[in-house]
Amino acid sequence: MKKHEILGNKDTRSGFGEGLNELGKINPNVVALCADLIGSLKMDDFKKNFPERFFQTGIAEANMIGIAAGLTIGGKIPFTGTFANFSTGRVYDQIRQSVAYSEKNVKICASHAGLTLGEDGATHQILEDIGLMKMLPGMTVINPCDFNQTKAATIAIAQHNGPVYLRFGRPKVPVFISENTEFVIGKALLLNPGTDVSIFATGHLVWEAIKAGTVLAEKGISAEIINIHTIKPLDEEAILMSTKKTNCVVTAEEHQKNGGLGDSIAQLLSEKFPVPQEFIAVNDCFGESGTPEQLMQKYGLTSEAIVHAAEKAIKRKNS
Amino acid sequence: MKPDITYLKQLSSQVRRDILRMVHAVQSGHPGGSLGCTDYLVVLYFHFLKHQPKKFTMDGKNEDVFILSNGHISPALYSVLARSGYFEISELSTFRKINTRLQGHPTTHDHLPGIRIASGSLGQGLSVGIGAALAKKLNNDKCIVYTLHGDGELQEGQIWEAAMFAAHHKVDNLIATIDYNKKQIDGSTDEVMSLGNLKEKWQAFGWEVLEMNGNDMENLITTIEKAQTYLGKQKPVVILMHTEMGQGVDFMMGTHKWHGSPPNDEQLKTALAQLEETLGDYK
Repeated sequence: MKKHEILGNKDTRSGFGEGLNELGKINPNVVALCADLIGSLKMDDFKKNFPERFFQTGIAEANMIGIAAGLTIGGKIPFTGTFANFSTGRVYDQIRQSVAYSEKNVKICASHAGLTLGEDGATHQILEDIGLMKMLPGMTVINPCDFNQTKAATIAIAQHNGPVYLRFGRPKVPVFISENTEFVIGKALLLNPGTDVSIFATGHLVWEAIKAGTVLAEKGISAEIINIHTIKPLDEEAILMSTKKTNCVVTAEEHQKNGGLGDSIAQLLSEKFPVPQEFIAVNDCFGESGTPEQLMQKYGLTSEAIVHAAEKAIKRKNS
Repeated sequence: MKPDITYLKQLSSQVRRDILRMVHAVQSGHPGGSLGCTDYLVVLYFHFLKHQPKKFTMDGKNEDVFILSNGHISPALYSVLARSGYFEISELSTFRKINTRLQGHPTTHDHLPGIRIASGSLGQGLSVGIGAALAKKLNNDKCIVYTLHGDGELQEGQIWEAAMFAAHHKVDNLIATIDYNKKQIDGSTDEVMSLGNLKEKWQAFGWEVLEMNGNDMENLITTIEKAQTYLGKQKPVVILMHTEMGQGVDFMMGTHKWHGSPPNDEQLKTALAQLEETLGDYK
């Protein structure tokens, strides 16, 4: 198992904040909007450094999405910021009509996604956002795994002409992707080569997959670990190449099983190369209050669960 | 530039004929509001807008930009766009038909010149217009953004989010217009969901409010000219435009019945007889 050094402990939302501030310096067309969550989204630096390009919308997310769509008409590249729940479900029709169908170059940047939002509970813990966004034609959906990857993704999406959903989170988590790693939209990242099982993970579950890989290696199981940071467009080539080698798959994400990464991969494999697949995801229920660690444990989004799922997938393959 | 009222009235008559023939041909669409807003759109596109119909760009830099929020009156917009030169007048015959660029509700999806945003799901266009206006300010572009909304559309909450934003951020390069015909699909706005005192509502939200008769060419022109004098004064501007749904066709006026119903053959004949063919019907 390839060693992945922990470079620090930071929240992915801070990666977004740094990336956005960086964009402010290099791209004069980048503008930002926030619905009363500047501190939570780490947009303070952009606001301070580029006040004329920053718009506070108040607690009015629908209006924020519409204004962002309008700003593109003048050639701007708007980045909207609020929690993932308010970035997607609350404003689905605004995104659908004014952004996706209208093919507007809006970057919908969403923090506090999933269970790791923690104590605020299920009202705020959206676990359906990847599904909602990936169903929209033309929408790119990205869920980076650590601070460095989130920063790189933030900078990369400004170069992409079209609507993007960028999903990140609240808690501090290990930083393990080097800051020199290039972020290419739609290009999966191989973190560990292996032969017995393919583990495709996104977001906060990528580090759990790496931890699982170490445990599996100690058990003599060679896991190929691939970071699927871009859920749409899916890197079909990388997924099929790995799956054809290992013949069984585990997918891992902080999202509902319905509509998530695992769902996209199952669709691909059922058409091109059917193999046993195990899903690490939330299974058709809402979250609740608790610490991020407690919640990930209770809902089975841990390295232990990935180890178990990998063993099960291998057993199914061999039966 | 002095307006040619006679020509504008001829245009309105022709656009109304286009609307009726378009919705009749496919037996679907929304003639009522389209007929009511015809004079406004004609005045806007043929007198006020600084635009380049033959050189359409999505950015609209250094051009006035119009955002239609009540997308269901698409027949009126399509006719005015075609007759302004954005695309061939003959394309009006494809309205709502398979493979057309003239979708039931306007869309950018098929790259129809003149359309900068999809609309149809109501309540979104004011936000979009505000965004376009902010971009103009950032670009140091002195041109204006105009938006049009139905009065029933004001029942959508997003409109009031946008209204609050525009006042707070002093969006003073935008003129919003409300088609105040007091009718919507299910009946009068008073019956369906009373709008209350609209003038006082907009004023309370921090907007400069004007009123005009949207079916009187002279009044349209003088009021929009007056609205322009309020621009650049730290306040957004809205015009409550009193119109008659179905204007120009006697049996379509004074009722909400024609909001989303097309005329049959006999009704079309009766309606067209009331509207002079001034510039030639589309083929």
